[in-house]
Amino acid sequence: MIETQFTPDAAGAIPGPDWLARRRVAAAEQVAAAAMPSVEEEVWRYTPIGQLDLSRYQLADGGGVSPVAVPEHSVMADTSNGRLCGVELPAEVADQGVEVRPLGDDDAELAASVDVDLFALMNAAFSVEPLLVRVPSGVNVEGPIVVRHWLDADGGAAFPRLIVDAGADSSVEVLELYGSADVSAFVSPVIEIRVAAAARVGYLAVQDLGPKVWHIGSQVSHIGAQAHLRASSAALGGEYARTRLDTHLSGRGATGDLISLYFGDGEQTLDFRTFQDHAAPDTTSTLLFKGAVDDASRSVYTGLIRVRPDARGTNAYQTNRNIKLSEDAWAESVPNLEIENNEVHCSHASAVGPIDGDQLFYLESRGVPTDTAERLIVTGFFNEVLDQFPVPGAMPAVRERLDSKIAGLSHHGVDGGSGS
Amino acid sequence: MGSDMSKAAQSELVVSDLHVQVGGQMVLNGVDLRVASGEVHAVMGPNGSGKSTLAYAIMGRPGYEVTAGSITLNDVDLVELSPWERAHAGLFSTQQYPTEVPGVGLENMLEEAVAAIGGDRSAVEAQVAAEAELVDFDPDLLYRSLNVDLSGGEMKRSEAVQLGVLRPRIAILDELDSGLDVDALAAVSHRIEQATHEDNLGVLAITHFSRLLTVLHADVVHILIDGAIAETGGPELAAQLEETGYDPWIDTRAESPVEIHLGGDPWP
Repeated sequence: MIETQFTPDAAGAIPGPDWLARRRVAAAEQVAAAAMPSVEEEVWRYTPIGQLDLSRYQLADGGGVSPVAVPEHSVMADTSNGRLCGVELPAEVADQGVEVRPLGDDDAELAASVDVDLFALMNAAFSVEPLLVRVPSGVNVEGPIVVRHWLDADGGAAFPRLIVDAGADSSVEVLELYGSADVSAFVSPVIEIRVAAAARVGYLAVQDLGPKVWHIGSQVSHIGAQAHLRASSAALGGEYARTRLDTHLSGRGATGDLISLYFGDGEQTLDFRTFQDHAAPDTTSTLLFKGAVDDASRSVYTGLIRVRPDARGTNAYQTNRNIKLSEDAWAESVPNLEIENNEVHCSHASAVGPIDGDQLFYLESRGVPTDTAERLIVTGFFNEVLDQFPVPGAMPAVRERLDSKIAGLSHHGVDGGSGS
Repeated sequence: MGSDMSKAAQSELVVSDLHVQVGGQMVLNGVDLRVASGEVHAVMGPNGSGKSTLAYAIMGRPGYEVTAGSITLNDVDLVELSPWERAHAGLFSTQQYPTEVPGVGLENMLEEAVAAIGGDRSAVEAQVAAEAELVDFDPDLLYRSLNVDLSGGEMKRSEAVQLGVLRPRIAILDELDSGLDVDALAAVSHRIEQATHEDNLGVLAITHFSRLLTVLHADVVHILIDGAIAETGGPELAAQLEETGYDPWIDTRAESPVEIHLGGDPWP
């Protein structure tokens, strides 16, 4: 039993369509009956979840709007402390039939449960204005749809929810930018991505929250026949920042590319749990997660590829590489396969290690000083990921922020290389 | 980076009584060498004689511990310097199998190297293009990550481009001819010889086979056996080696008394 201010009554008091109110209360009842997760559970292993005290947080009113710069875009929406505070949908985009709006009375069909854990349930119960991005069949949206999230309430709890519903043979890119003032806050976003047959969706989340913010998020996607999702994230901020990705390749010939980077420093913990679920034949998923941990930061990556009995002809790849930049930093990488069909190509690879001593020597032997050489190598390490990110307009800002983290590399002993 | 003044400058790499340990094993047991500007020296030896160790020890690769002796360039003691400080002192080395550095481009690296000695980073792009043309290095490959997905010949052409831009005083070439087609070897050797004439570059070329010396003409040839120079001579030494192999020198060494050190510092 969790006794907090996050009660069914509180959920029921949030305004909205009737169907949503009922769903909120039902979810809140489940929350109230649930136990807090524990590191005893595999999906919470290695996390500081035991330190989470939900009673420190409460739903906050809307505050300021994010000052984070946005690239050129087609549509723009803002949330503040989890509350929608503006949607800018130009007429020419609306005329294409593109919808960007809070869920309404007629959206009950979108109530399908994607509640993968307690925090996704809390999101279902307490998300104030779930935001729908809907692209009609056959429509190509030029320029990314940007959703900017900002937290500035100390002790605030925010539950932003985004549903991307891409119709058959449509194409769209979505960029989410998470930022915060220097406050202690809790944010638990849920992103649902529905990619209908032959649609193409690019999604990028840039998480650059302040160092006292806890972020526990969930991304659930369903990819239809011959459809393509490229889902990416750059996780840079937060005290404890976790994202769970459930990617369901549901239609024959579906493709999912899951491309992410993370960089921890200070005392951060960055945590990723990925599930590549191949439920249909001839589906392909390619996962590449690369991270670096500096100072006393920690990262966790655990991933599971599941190939269901019907999913013959699956190609599934999972790669997680980590650079450990300081003695006190720590990275855990646990890849897994669960294969129930023989006609598949699957591979997984994982690595945790310091900056490569041979690479460092090569650059140094050209006259590049050690610090600069380390920065070049770490930047180069991430280039493979950045080169594959969707939303190219967001890259300058992501690179700049990553460079500023790399510029603060702590000095450390590296692999001394070996003789031959 | 070089100026007209440095072109004329005389430099000398001096290796004296160099003892090097790798992974707890003594590999070099007292090497003596002097390479001056404009000279081409070849160090030849059989597998396991310590050739690559010599190259790495001079460049300062971690794990190659100098236990006795010295390495100086223009009277600057290199032993205590990091590899990049040695490069700034005028040293350059090519590797037998150049290390892949994913995500880092050739120009990117050279810009940082040039900036680190106060050079003009904005001049690098044009220098790289000019040097690439000199050794017929495909300009498209300039934008690849360092040594990633390059053939043996392309890697050595890339290293010749780096040498051309950085204009070192002394270059150590480790098995330049390994994994290289004839055209690439000729192009790269030609560029290096040109640097010895025009830039007064001194060269220490380490090689197993005399094939290299048919395109890169050595003034001095050293035979390295069991971690020490067994003989030094002119180009005729390489010709003799071609006929006899290393056996004559190996036999000589076998007849000399074996020194055994029991504990303590063997070089008090």
